[in-house]
Amino acid sequence: MSIMSYNGGGVVAMKGKNCVAIACDLRLGVSQYNTIATDFEKVFQFGPHLFCGLPGLATDTLTVKDKLRFRLNMYELKEDRKMSPQVFTSMLSNLLYERRFGPYFIEPVIAGLDPKTGEPYVASMDLIGCPEKPEDFVVSGTCGPQLYGMCEALYEPDQGPEDLFETISQALVNACDRDAISGWGGVVYIIEKDKITRKTLKTRMD
Amino acid sequence: METILGLRTDNFCILASDMTAAHSIIVMKSNEKKIYPVSDQILMAATGQQGDAHQFAEYIVKNVQLYKMRNGYGLSTASAAHFIRQNLAEYLRSQTPYNVNLLLGGFEEKTGGQLYYMDYLASSHEVKYGSHGYGGVIALSILERYWRPDMTEAEAYDIMIKCVEEIQRRLIINLPNFHIQIVDKNGIRVLPDITTATVLSKKSQA
Repeated sequence: MSIMSYNGGGVVAMKGKNCVAIACDLRLGVSQYNTIATDFEKVFQFGPHLFCGLPGLATDTLTVKDKLRFRLNMYELKEDRKMSPQVFTSMLSNLLYERRFGPYFIEPVIAGLDPKTGEPYVASMDLIGCPEKPEDFVVSGTCGPQLYGMCEALYEPDQGPEDLFETISQALVNACDRDAISGWGGVVYIIEKDKITRKTLKTRMD
Repeated sequence: METILGLRTDNFCILASDMTAAHSIIVMKSNEKKIYPVSDQILMAATGQQGDAHQFAEYIVKNVQLYKMRNGYGLSTASAAHFIRQNLAEYLRSQTPYNVNLLLGGFEEKTGGQLYYMDYLASSHEVKYGSHGYGGVIALSILERYWRPDMTEAEAYDIMIKCVEEIQRRLIINLPNFHIQIVDKNGIRVLPDITTATVLSKKSQA
């Protein structure tokens, strides 16, 4: 049993036309098969157009969330401006690489819009902070392989917010159904220039 | 080996812990109290390695009390949960991690009863009901079946008896006595222990 699949869960993010979406499941398990809660969110908001999902070991989801919040606050106080997704990715990568030989067991996903240009941005990382910035979608977590399959099949570039929501939801729900330690409901955030929409998904509860 | 149970309602939070102190295969004591009063409105049940559980609980209790003396106001349940998690997480990556599993129960006017589930990895989550240990796996399905947010104290105590009855029936480990404490708007109270006798008399009534 890997430490990465002790608690279970998954996160996916997708680019659309002038919008991005990020979604996670809600399960919190312990030693894989014992479900403790079904309202454990793994996606957090770090700015007006900046979201980050932290699937992996639940304790590190919380620890890294707190550490990110601290560093982000310090940056915004010192620089007196909002952080761009690119800078956020570098900051997180740096935070994770500081623990190169005793890592935090999470594989983050970042989604946001550039504060100046409004350009959609998604990125993902491994547990020691090696970033990857593709132009379509990123996946992470125990249902990552299943999410890759769903995204590869359903994704189309330049979708509007409604279509993007439909695509990411179907990808998440159907990927989670093929992973015993993910699922039990989901949350989707659609990030547009002047609007953040949060929607909860019902899924199979087994 | 050990078992702790807890549930929250809108009006109180109730915790139960078994009273066995075992050393290897020998039961040393069957009246051990594993529930610690953290403040006037917060309770904590701790299991794990006995030395660790006691030492860590004591450390937390004293520091929460110190916080109140220094600042003139006490910690809320959420703040206490955050403080405990932070400590546990820092010790987790030290040379001397604490091997403790916790349930933190509290009551506040505006939130009602609150219950936090925490394991030795410092995963922390607010839950409706929760449990630790082998007995907890059995009890969880009973809590799931009977829990309501508007339960009375007597109903909650009855559910705890149901859990203990099932644990004593199905678990191979001998856990004869359970210690029960409740926290509500009047503060912390100790309820009568649930023993084999309680379970038997409940059965003869039915």
